[in-house]
Amino acid sequence: MNATDCLLHMYDEQHDLEDYQSGVPRWCTGCGDSAILAAVQRLCRDEDLRPEKTVFVSGIGCSSRFPHYMKTYGFHGIHGRALPVAEGVKMARPDLTVFVNTGDGDCCSIGAAHWIHAIRYNMNLTVFLHDNQIYGLTKKQASPTSPRGTKSNTTPRGSYLDPINPLTTTLGVANVSFVAQAVDWIPESLFEIVKAAYHHKGFSFVRILQRCPEWLPTSLDPWMQDPNKVQLLHHEDGLQLSAGLSAVYKNQLQHDPSDINRAREISAHEDVVPVGILYRNPNVPCYEDTRQTGVLRTNETIRKGFEAELDKYAA
Amino acid sequence: MNEMTIQTPVRKAAKVAGSKAVVTLKEHIVEIISDSGEGAQRCGQSLGSIAARMGNGIWTTEIIPAEIRPPARSVAGASGNRIRIGSSYITNGGDETDLVVAFNEQVLLGRVRDRELKSGCIILLESMWRKHQDLNVSMSYIETHDRLVAAGYKVYEIPMEQECRLLVSDARRGKNMFALGMLCHIYSLELQLARDQIALTFGKKAQSIIDSNVVLLEAGHKWAQANLDFSYRIPSIHSAQAAEAQIVTNGNIALALGVMASGMELCSMYPITPATSASHYLSEVFEKVGGIVHQAEDEIAACAFAIGASYASKCTVTITSGPGYSLKQEAIGLAVMGEIPLVVVNVMRGGPSTGQPTKAEQGDLMTAIFGSHGDAPKVVMAPATIEDCFYSIITARKIAETFNMVVVVLTDAGLATSQQPFARPKFNEAWLAPPFDQSPVPKGAKPYDWDPVTGLARRFIPGQPGGMHTLTGLAHDRLSHVAYDADVNQESLRARSLKLAALQRTLSPPTVFGESAGDLLVVGWGSTKGAIEEAVAVLQAEGRKVSSMHLRFLQPLPPGIKEVLAGFKKVMTIETNWSDSPDEEIIDESNRRYSSVAILLRSRYLVDIDCWSEVKGQPIKPGTIRRVLLAKLKGVKS
Repeated sequence: MNATDCLLHMYDEQHDLEDYQSGVPRWCTGCGDSAILAAVQRLCRDEDLRPEKTVFVSGIGCSSRFPHYMKTYGFHGIHGRALPVAEGVKMARPDLTVFVNTGDGDCCSIGAAHWIHAIRYNMNLTVFLHDNQIYGLTKKQASPTSPRGTKSNTTPRGSYLDPINPLTTTLGVANVSFVAQAVDWIPESLFEIVKAAYHHKGFSFVRILQRCPEWLPTSLDPWMQDPNKVQLLHHEDGLQLSAGLSAVYKNQLQHDPSDINRAREISAHEDVVPVGILYRNPNVPCYEDTRQTGVLRTNETIRKGFEAELDKYAA
Repeated sequence: MNEMTIQTPVRKAAKVAGSKAVVTLKEHIVEIISDSGEGAQRCGQSLGSIAARMGNGIWTTEIIPAEIRPPARSVAGASGNRIRIGSSYITNGGDETDLVVAFNEQVLLGRVRDRELKSGCIILLESMWRKHQDLNVSMSYIETHDRLVAAGYKVYEIPMEQECRLLVSDARRGKNMFALGMLCHIYSLELQLARDQIALTFGKKAQSIIDSNVVLLEAGHKWAQANLDFSYRIPSIHSAQAAEAQIVTNGNIALALGVMASGMELCSMYPITPATSASHYLSEVFEKVGGIVHQAEDEIAACAFAIGASYASKCTVTITSGPGYSLKQEAIGLAVMGEIPLVVVNVMRGGPSTGQPTKAEQGDLMTAIFGSHGDAPKVVMAPATIEDCFYSIITARKIAETFNMVVVVLTDAGLATSQQPFARPKFNEAWLAPPFDQSPVPKGAKPYDWDPVTGLARRFIPGQPGGMHTLTGLAHDRLSHVAYDADVNQESLRARSLKLAALQRTLSPPTVFGESAGDLLVVGWGSTKGAIEEAVAVLQAEGRKVSSMHLRFLQPLPPGIKEVLAGFKKVMTIETNWSDSPDEEIIDESNRRYSSVAILLRSRYLVDIDCWSEVKGQPIKPGTIRRVLLAKLKGVKS
């Protein structure tokens, strides 16, 4: 195969869903992670992402098993550190498409420092916060996003503190460039939001509210059972709603994703769950671009630079 | 390399003023100390560089207060430099100081109390405090002065600031150059080299600044010529080594140059003393060769970032010191488990906890070897000289990528801040990391196809078609699939452990300094090499049967050590980490805690190895080591 044939071959190459599927997920029946996996595999297929050029990075927790179920490169690291690992991957290899799967414990508790700084770096990463409001893998402890009063093994009389709101928190950090919220029980909008996040260049943060059928089987029922408690955000620069979705979810709000103050107001609502793109600013520089040296690294470049430094220290 | 040096005799009386005979010395130790911000460090560094250009052997040691701006005129606030100048190759900071320039008597007092000054040493003291308007200050000055004179120090009061004020408006900031001028006269250094040094130091600034510094330099020189009744000459080294091109750097600059020359492209760090100056320098120059220094939000992120970048491309480096090294432990374990190449530099400082941030200690060896939970085999190296700091990084990168391992490089605050000339490295393309593999993975190849003998496996890098797998910190099989069965865990731990043995097979036995048999063998590692060998050389010259061995690889230990140990009646280590003294009332063999390398050698070779250690934050002096070895030799029947 010559170079042109090779390029044509790459151009023609089409991937099926199976090309992104690996193993049988070990999540519980009804787990929200499965809905996210389906949406992401569909995204990969629709965007025809090259499996060898795609990396899923995760931390520790139920949701962090995600990379094992993708037939791409994956990095299942340590608790709380998915973001700095992913940043390192992206900095070294801007040519790779990098996704991050992190849970509410992973991102908002043990890895909270990295979360805040990752927003500020604004590297071109697509980040899914799998937020089921509970620690699942370690068997039911309150997480920082558990609603106050959540009974768990560490809070048998109910959790004591108000939860962190991942949306308002993210929207409060310098250089925030993309914030969206999805819920696992509306696959259509979940997919559209995942897709919009992928297409945003910068740190695309998607909080996905998901059910934990094992430890908090009913906690999201009020929102699932009453379509009016879900507020679909739409805008010509955001998501457009299909007829089917509009018919079910009548609580709709036109929201301009460039309006950060309005985004913060909407995100602060607790009774109604906003679903859609809260904020998008395509003009925030990405750290990996800012840090590009523009120097073509050759052995000769290194030799010259090195010799120039030695000259400075010549005795 | 380590010639014996002769102690300068204490000079009992000054020569009569005006007789100006130049005394030839083998070596001298000079200190310049001031309050922070008065420029003593610059003066000292310049003196070292000038002496090196004159062809002298030098070793400079920074004197650093722990605080950025300690109160003026405070005993603990001495800031400056100590320069050992010799007519042979100098490998360490030496013993006590022969001549000191002090900008006030309080910082001087601190050095006296630390017993850093030779008894009767020459003191050139700023005299402006004698007539200070604050009576407390002038009283303190007069009292200290009189006590120093009474104690036998040879004190010269010098109106440095007053002389400078005749020439420049801001005399306080300029008198370091006046002092440099004086020292150039005292040590018969060429003034033109000093002028060149000033031009180099202030190169980025206006010509007027360079000019006014040169004026002060010349004034100091002239003043010393007219007013001091002594001067010295320290002949330059006459050897092939001196004829070779040399560079003078401290250990941290050498580390950073090593990063550049290793072909690594990314250094990820978080600020911590005393490691940070390496990253400062890299931040300045790395981009010129396409490299990046990433300052992460914390130590853990710095390590995780480096791991992410290493996983996806070439090996990377993270540079830290003790507390930061502790924070990185879980991430280091991940790199071990995932078999991701990584270089971790730990510029050791006093510990535990925040400890002594600006002081040197060798307290992290056990953490480096055994750190992270579970069995986490990693390579541990320790550069012994400033030149080693440079080459160790190149070697570390190579080992990391060849064995897909974490390589820990242990230096310390002493190496980090000391300066020494060494042969200018000759750039070699073989130092550079090769491009990372992006070729398709052969069909059926597995991401962890551990070699049954060496444990080595080739790694798959994102971008390689057909190599898709998920790297995991969980126990995993050859396909990188999460595995819980006992056999798989046994197999993967075996493979990761065997890699150390595979590396060990490639190492050379350590060389012995001196005879290969005798009464006493001294074992050291890291920054103590120069001082140990100097002390051992003196004893050897006195006919004692003492030799030394210095370990550069601590994990794995190189082959051949057992044979070396067998040649000596007694073996002991000299280290700057903690060990219990056997003289303690409640210490005996059942509870004595030994120094790190002593523990390693005792457990591996079943030899009754003694140790002596000190944790005073200062490099161990050769004179101290000599006394310790003499005491040890007393118990040996020759």
